[in-house]
This record gives sequence, structure tokens and C-alpha cells, in this order.
Amino acid sequence: MTVAKPLPHDAAVLHVTGAARYVDDIPAPAGTLSLAFGLSEVARGRIVSMDLDAVRAAEGVVAVMTAGDLPFANDVSPSPSPEPMLAEDEVFYLGQPLFCVVATSHLLARKAARLGKTVYEELPAILTIDEALAADSRFEGGPVVWSKGDVDPALAGATRVIEGSLEIGGQEHFYLESQAAMAWPQEGGDMLVMSSSQHPTEIQHKVAEALGKPMHAVRVEVRRMGGGFGGKESQGNALAVSCAVAAQLTGRPCRMRYDRDDDMVITGKRHDFRIAYRAGIDPEGRIQGVDFTQYCRCGWSQDLSLPVADRAMLHADNAYHLPAARITSHRLKTNTQSATAFRGFGGPQGMVGIERVLDHIAHELGEDPLEVRRRNFYRAARADGPGSAKRFGGAYSPKAADAETQTTPYHMPVEDFVLHDVVDALVDSSDYNARRAAIAEWNAANPILKKGIALTPVKFGISFTLTHLNQAGALVHVYQDGSIHMNHGGTEMGQGLFQKVAQVAASRFGVDVSKVKITATDTAKVPNTSATAASSGSDLNGMAVKAACDTIRDRMAEVIAAEHQADAASVRFEDGQVHVGGASYSFEEVAHQAYMARTSLSATGFYKTPKIVWDRINGQGRPFYYFAYGAAVTEVVLDTLTGENRILRADILHDAGASLNPALDIGQVEGGYVQGAGWLTMEELVWNGKGRLMTHAPSTYKIPACSDRPDVFNVALWDAGRNREDTIYRSKAVGEPPFMLGISAFLALSNAIEACGSAYPSLDAPATPEQILKTVMRVQAS
Amino acid sequence: MSQIAFLLNGDLVRLNDVAPTTTLLDWLREERRLTGTKEGCNEGDCGACTVMVTDAGGTRALNACILFLPQLDGKAVRTVEGIGAPDGQLHPVQQAMVDHHGSQCGFCTPGFVVSMACAHLNGRRDFDDQLAGNLCRCTGYAPIVRAAEAAADQPVPEWMAEDLDQLAALENGAPDLLPETADQLAVWYEEHPDATLVAGATDVGLWVTKALRDLRPVAFLGGIAELKRIETGDDVVRIGAMATLTDVGEAVAPLHPDFAELIRRYGSVQVRNAATIGGNIANGSPIGDSPPALIALGAVLHLRKGDTRREIPLEDFFLDYGKQDRAPGEFVEAVSFPRQPDRLKCYKLSKRFDQDISAVCGCFNITVQDGVVAGARIAFGGLAGIPKRAAHVEAALTGQPWTLDSDAAAYGAWAQDFTPMTDMRASADYRLETARNMLTRYVLEDTGAAARVLEVTA
Repeated sequence: MTVAKPLPHDAAVLHVTGAARYVDDIPAPAGTLSLAFGLSEVARGRIVSMDLDAVRAAEGVVAVMTAGDLPFANDVSPSPSPEPMLAEDEVFYLGQPLFCVVATSHLLARKAARLGKTVYEELPAILTIDEALAADSRFEGGPVVWSKGDVDPALAGATRVIEGSLEIGGQEHFYLESQAAMAWPQEGGDMLVMSSSQHPTEIQHKVAEALGKPMHAVRVEVRRMGGGFGGKESQGNALAVSCAVAAQLTGRPCRMRYDRDDDMVITGKRHDFRIAYRAGIDPEGRIQGVDFTQYCRCGWSQDLSLPVADRAMLHADNAYHLPAARITSHRLKTNTQSATAFRGFGGPQGMVGIERVLDHIAHELGEDPLEVRRRNFYRAARADGPGSAKRFGGAYSPKAADAETQTTPYHMPVEDFVLHDVVDALVDSSDYNARRAAIAEWNAANPILKKGIALTPVKFGISFTLTHLNQAGALVHVYQDGSIHMNHGGTEMGQGLFQKVAQVAASRFGVDVSKVKITATDTAKVPNTSATAASSGSDLNGMAVKAACDTIRDRMAEVIAAEHQADAASVRFEDGQVHVGGASYSFEEVAHQAYMARTSLSATGFYKTPKIVWDRINGQGRPFYYFAYGAAVTEVVLDTLTGENRILRADILHDAGASLNPALDIGQVEGGYVQGAGWLTMEELVWNGKGRLMTHAPSTYKIPACSDRPDVFNVALWDAGRNREDTIYRSKAVGEPPFMLGISAFLALSNAIEACGSAYPSLDAPATPEQILKTVMRVQAS
Repeated sequence: MSQIAFLLNGDLVRLNDVAPTTTLLDWLREERRLTGTKEGCNEGDCGACTVMVTDAGGTRALNACILFLPQLDGKAVRTVEGIGAPDGQLHPVQQAMVDHHGSQCGFCTPGFVVSMACAHLNGRRDFDDQLAGNLCRCTGYAPIVRAAEAAADQPVPEWMAEDLDQLAALENGAPDLLPETADQLAVWYEEHPDATLVAGATDVGLWVTKALRDLRPVAFLGGIAELKRIETGDDVVRIGAMATLTDVGEAVAPLHPDFAELIRRYGSVQVRNAATIGGNIANGSPIGDSPPALIALGAVLHLRKGDTRREIPLEDFFLDYGKQDRAPGEFVEAVSFPRQPDRLKCYKLSKRFDQDISAVCGCFNITVQDGVVAGARIAFGGLAGIPKRAAHVEAALTGQPWTLDSDAAAYGAWAQDFTPMTDMRASADYRLETARNMLTRYVLEDTGAAARVLEVTA
């Protein structure tokens, strides 16, 4: 069966030859225009005047659009809260688009965009968490609070209370392909849009609103993105809408791509957080109750910040049973880029919070943090427990939450907890215990350099927390020559979704994957799609494609069974053949026969995730269909004179369920780990006191380079992995969970710093060399 | 304006009246519709636009986004479209990238493939260095390095060797843009003192792609062979201004390994292949990275204006931030430093090891006799508006025992030498603290202590 084979990415050969086409590579018709935004130079202020004469007079300029020139909606918000595409009377961050230049080339548009003269009445800008708290500048009125059990008595009755706070920096996506879009006017006022977007339906929706048209007048196509990571869930709206409006205005095709610096200055990033904690423990370090306060810097507009902040709360437990917990979440509004979706969507920040608590507890007890972690793990899933294979396909039973099943702080039973086994296997394969001892010896012998090691687990909830998004559609055709055309609502951003889903389709028809043509995501083929986000791509679209394939396959089976007076259910599709009774036909022959028998060989498929119910206001329910798990051990070395540091070795064991494609899944794990480690170590966003982002290019914002990957990098999928829930071939989502394996690198650095003195390091993220040196000096002084 | 000529994927291209600051990347994508070469950052930091450029000096990877068309005159360019065989057969590095799952989103992949093909052609297996100038956000690099290793033993495909044969047929093009001798340059520059001299364009390129400046008039110095010469004499090492950092690194490696290691971390392969020592000095960066090392070695700068030449200590060239001791129409001809026993230590501090501008770059040339500091030349980048000597520290150390105690005794001198600033790379406190600690590191290294994280393994 094609499923489970380690096939290459569907476009691998196109990638390596340069033939893979991204939005800006699409050959444009003669006369295509290029767009660029003029940007705000202040973080907050009223616009007194905007003089665009020089812009209009500049070489190559065809038109200049301001908010007042837009014919319909000036709104590119992905949420119910509005977000103007072009500033109206007021600007809210430095870098906010003010006007849009339409010119004959990308370079001329960029040049002209710098000629605008805007006069502002500057207002006091709110830039930091502290400033936002002082000004009570926030979304959703007040903080959101979820709780379970009685936290205050639990803290009061605890043997010890561990307290602390940590800063967690944001992160630039740095997709290698910056945001891009192209709009091509069609007859009758229709618009064709090509966009580098994870969410074609939202592009369609926003473009339609901006053109004053119904959605059926706008068709959006996405063949691939040069990386997304969440940064292309909502942040591409402004480009696509600008292109469509300019195309309608000029009657000419329009394209836009952000120069890298513009991309980094305009678009949102991962939310930075401050997390304060108080944890009450028993003498063995078991948490009795924990009180978290999460401060989340959302930037100027709401965008996706509410569900991001929710997901941070939803991962405040990570892998640990918290008998009593209170999580308070402040969603702070600041005059900075609007923080947005980024791989993990708040989950990583929440998870860093609890991992820090466990690490801190272990330090206070003088124990191996791994032992303290294990003691606090959720109870292991029962072999015959709810959601296990024996209840395959069964309805969700409230009895699932029986006495033995522990619940999360949001009252969801944890039925599939596999980390005891995963961690045991990883401890063995990584030789954790011996290496921890060896590191202690090495540190004793080395005065300047110190090594550290940490093992951290990941338990990540899978499903959109906005329940209605957990749906997907597919469209499959079988042509009379037996070739298959596959389309679904998921988008390809490098994760290999298209190949994994093609493997599903090939498996359903029993043919080689080369028979399946993968086609661009297209709102005219599959409507009302959800963003390819929340790791949901293969879970949702795999099931939708399976449903479409099975519909066609059943029709083909009926045709061939009828000819053989056989039962349609007995027809088997295997190895490119169709077996019926004692006879076998090629798939192509049966496709042709079905066509001759006037059978529809086209079908849609649809899927919605079962079992999920969620009340986000009260923080109660089952927001997730299941959990994905993994664990990582990282060993680092650092220099106590400079804070320079390196990852020496990382060992990872990850649960991808029964993997649809182990090669692609391992790629997600390796890449996710390095990206996660980068977030918590070298990647630092710096704003100056005026709200200007100073790290707006790869010269100043440093993502990991080739030599930053671990010297020794052992990555494996967990052999026993199999989803207890009825997902596509029992696989598990793998896009986001491995990102959080990078937390082990951060805590390994903290562990190395512990060798410098007696105080707990309380290391903040990102752990740049400077941050590390500062922490080393504090610990040395203790 | 005159004609330039080069080979593009094996085909001869002649261009008349090309705007001199048109980048190869824009020209490939917009004029030739060769869209395999990608724009990732447009400033030479991500490598998505990497192309292969061959001339008599060999085959090198360069960033097309900050490579102006006249710089290609007389050379052969291969883009990702020209890495595979004309009949579609994949190059071994391409096949290995497919087999080892080295691409995910694929956008950085053409740049990686070209860098890998260059390394493959040149027989290089130090892949962490060869690929340091190519950023990937998806894979975590592991499968890419696996692919590079897998392809390393495959023979170089025959079609990769054809460029050099065809190059001989190209006649040289445009002397007004591209002087061929230092004398021609001296005359022309004296007549056009407001002109921009383009050496490797790794800095000037950004004036065009980011600052959107019009640089005319310009002259491209890449054709002046005599300025590229490096002479390692018995007493002096003289490096022509147009020597690339790649060539400088190779030349200094046997003399001062730490200088070579500093250059290994200077930019990336693509940047070092373009950037020149003269450009690195003349643009007056407050950081360097080569000026601090050269100052510590006692380097002399050779300047020329018309027929007039002068020599000054390199540290005297840097007057103030953005201000150098260079008259209009005067250019850097060479830099030289005396041969000496190697006591140079270079410590480059940045958020990322590879291809990152230093927060602090400290270069120490300290000679010790009988346990006493006999001489100290210490220079820093990143601690002031210019690369600067630590004169007070040098004085405090000289004549003192070479121990941690004298290191401590020099503590107060640091603040006399430097009042660094805080920026996005580091705070003032951190800069000063680590500068002091670098001296401690040198003392400890002399006692044999492990003090470099890059030399530690798991």
C-alpha cells in the first residue's frame, strides 16, 4: 500500500531543478503592474496630512491608493474585529501601510513608496507588556481566567511553593518566500487571485468584500508556498486585496511581493509572553496546585490573538497532571506589529511555562528534573481504555472520564497518554543517565566551559479550538484512462501534505501514487475551506479525500461486480489491479468500463472531526480530538566568559501515530526542533524605544544556520505509534508538535548554567549569548 | 555605454547599454524569465539566489541579488536551471537532495543546489562552511547535509566542465566601466572623485537594493588583476585591495590560523567569494572584521591618488564613524603587515556563529617573554564607531606578568579605551564585559584550558 511509504515530497524534482513555480514566478501577462506600500514612520499618531504628489509624479507610477480610494471594505481582518488594510485617520504601529503605489515595476513601486510625506500628531505609544498593563490596554476587556479545583487551598497546603517568572520572546517566521500575491481581472468583473496563502478561502472572502462582489466572483488558487509556519494564515490578506482592488481599478493584472525588510516590518510574528507562576508541591515534587499568569503581547490588532492566547492556556499543563490549576491570561494591545499565528499557536509559550516550573522544582529539590517530570506525568493510557482500538468507530462515551482517567485543567480526560513509554525508550536510546553523570564530571574539570542536558516531553492537542473549522472537503476525478485528479482544501507550504494525501488516494484505489495528479488548491474546486493550520492538514484533508475516493471506488466496484454477478463488497483494489471473483483487470480497464457503463467517476468528499466540544469562555470541554506526543534530549555546551553556546547532540523520539509517510514526518520533526531551538536561543526581535523593529532583515535577525543544527542528531518516530482515535490510517498530526521539542535546548542551557553556582538560573528566552552571560554572572554571584 | 559579454548556462549573452547597477537576480527573473533563482532577502544573507560563476580563477558561488551585471563580464554563470544536464538528467547533488528529502517548501532549494554543486565541483566537504550562506527554515539542515555527503563521491558531471573551455572565446568588453589596470583606475577616479568604486558589491549592493540609491558614475574593479595579488614575502605580507576574503583566508591560514578562522566566520562562502579586503577597509565599518585583526598585526594601508601614493598605519585610517582618512579620488591599493611569530588570537562574538555581524570582535597580538608581556597590540570592532586599538589596556599589560592577575589589573583600562553603545546586537555592558573576558580567555588558552565551544563535542 502506498500509505506509510517514505516517498519524496511531491515536488522534490521541481524544487531541485528550479522548476517549482511560486507566486512571483508565474509568468505575468504583458502590462502587469507591481505594488508597494508606503509605511507609517511612527508607532502611534493621528495623520494630519499625507502629501503623495511626489509619489504620483515618480517614474512608472500608474496609480496611488489611500484608504479613501478603496471602493468597498478597507478590512483585512481574519477575526470579527476590524483591521484596516490602509490606515484611516490614525496609525497604530511603525510600519503600518498608509498608501499603496501601483507602478510598472516592483523596483519603481518601491522607490515611489518612499516619497510620501506624512505629517503626524504623535501620540504616546504603548510598546511593552508593562506599558500595556499600566494603560490597561487589552483585548477582551479583562483577563480570561480558567480554573480547575481549588488552587488557593492547594497552594496553602503545599509543602513548598515555588515561584518565579520568565520572559519569552517572539519569533519572526522567516519563510524564505516573502508574502506575495497576484490578481488577474477576468470578464464580467470576476477576479482570479494567485496567493502565497495558507487560507485561500479567507483570501477569497476578503477580496470579495473589497470588490463588493459575492464570493463566487473570486477564485483563489494556491499551488505552493515557500514556507508558511502560520505567517501566511492571515498576513497575506493585504497583498491579495490590494492587488485585486488595483487590478479592478486599472483593468490590468497586478502583483505584489514584500521586500524582505518590508515583510518583517509590516507582518505579525509569534507572540511574546511573560509567564508568572506559583506552584505548590508535595515533598516528592508532585504539583498540588499551580497558579499561572500569562501576559501575551498581541500588537495593534486582534488578528488571531484570542485563539493563540487560548492555546497557550490549553498547554499550561503540557504532560503533567495538575490537580488544581488557575490560568489567567492577559491579552495586551500594543503599538507593534499584530502578533499572529506561528507554528504551535501559543502552545509553545504555555508549554515553556510549565516546563520551567518542573525544572525549577527539580532544582529546589536537588533532583534530576526527569524524575520530577515522570512523577508528575499524567497516568498512562489503559490498553483497553476509551479511545483505544477496541472501541474503533464507537461513539464517544461519557463513561470515558472514569475514575482512573485524569483530566486537564480544562476538564478534558487524557485518554491516550503514551509518554511513559516514549520517555523510557528515549532514555535508553540516548543513554541519558550515563551522559548526565559524565556531564557532571566534565563540568567539574572545566572551569570556563560548561555542559548541560535536558529531556523534555511534548503533549500537544490536535484540533482547531474554533470547533467549526474542523471540517474539510475534497474533489476527486477518475478519468476514463484511469488517471486520477485529486484536489482538497489543504495548502502545500513544504510540509508534504499533498504527497501524504496523494498516498491516501492511491491506497484507496490500490494504484501507484504516480497515477494521482496533485493539483493546486482552488476555491472553485473545493469551497469553504479552513486554513491549513493547527497541524490539521492531513487529518482533515486525508479523510475528505478518502471519502471521495471511496465513493468512486464503490461505484466502480458495483459496475465490475455486476458484470461478474459478484458482491460489490468483495471487489478488491490492489497493486494497480481490480480483483473480482476469480478475475483481475487493470485499474485503467475498470475505469474505462465504468465510464462506458455511464457511471459518475467524480465525487466530493467531506469530513468533520468527531467528539469535539468546547466552551472557550469557561474553559471547559474537549477541544482536542487527541494528543500528539514526543520527547527530546538535548546536550549543550556554553562559555561562561561570553555566553556563546552550541547544541552538541539531540535525540528525539516522536509519536506520529501510524505515519502516512515516515520520511516526510521525520522532516517535520527535524525541522521543527531546529526552528523551536532557534526561537528560544539565537532568534531575538529588538524594538527601539520608538517602536521601530531594529531586527528587520536576516543581517540582524538570526535564524539557525547549517552549523547550528546539533552535531549529533538522532531522530526517530516511535515504532509503537498508532492513533487511538479513528484518524486517517491511524496517523497523527505532525506539523506543530515537534517545534516544542526545542524546549529541551533551552532547558539544557539552563542546566549548564546551574553548574556555575547554587541559585536557580531563571533564564529568560531567547537565551542569546548576552542573556546567558547575564544569567551566568547572577548564578556565579549566588 | 559599452557591451558586456558572459556565458549563461552555456549560452553566450551580449548586453548593450545595460544599466550598471542592474542586479543579476532581477535580470534573470525579469528579463530572462529564469525564475529558479529566488529572491529571499535581497541583501546577500539567505543564499536563495546563489549562482555559480566561473572564470580563470575557478568556480565560485555568489549571491545574484547583490551582483551587478558588469561584474560578470568575461565570466560564465550557471543558475539552477543550468546545473542539471541539458537532456534533463539531474546533477548528483540534485538527485541526492531528492533521495534524502532535502527540500520541503523548496524555495531555498535552488540556492542550496547551486552551493552544493560548487562545493562538489571544488571537492569541498566542509559542508557546514560551504552551506553557511544558505538559510533554510523548513528542514533543520540535517537532510541537506546528508544529501551533500551522499553526492560527494560521485564524479563531477562532464557538462559542468564545459564553461571554462568556452570562456577563452569571450573577448573583454567595457573598459570605461571596467578598468584593467590600477593606473587606468587612478586616472579615471581622479577625474571622477564623486564616483562609486564597486569591488565585491557585498556592501555597495545594499545601497542599491535596500537604500534604492543611484550610484552613478560607477567603476567596477574586478578586472584589475594587479590589485588582487597577495605577496607573502620574508618580511612583509602585502595583500592587494581586490583580493577576496576567500583568498585572504587561504593566504593567512599558515601564518595566523586565528585570523583565518575569523575570516571563515566572515559572511558566508558567497560573501567571501565577492567581498574584498580593500572594500572591507575602505567602507569604514565600525566592526570589521578584518581591520581589528590587521591592526593587531601592525598593518599599514597603501593609498593612491593619481600618481601619489602614501602609507599610513591602518588604525589611523579610521577617523570617526563613517569618516576615513581618504581624499576624494583616492583609493586603497593594498594593505600589508610584517611577518612575525604567531601570537594573534581573534575572538568574534555574535548571536550566530556563521554569517553574523560581530557584536564584539576582539583581536589580541600579545608577545610574552619569560612570563612577562613584552608587547601588546589589541584592537576591537564593535566597541566604538570605528575599529579601534585598546591603547590603555595595552599599556596596562605591557611589562606585567602574563597571568589572570594582570588581566585583572587592566580592568579599569577598558573603560578608558571604550564606551560602547547599545544596539540590536548587544548592550554596552555586555560588550565591555566580554571584551575584558576575551583577555581572560587568551590567558587561559595559553595555559591549555578549553575555552572555545566550537571545539567541544558531545
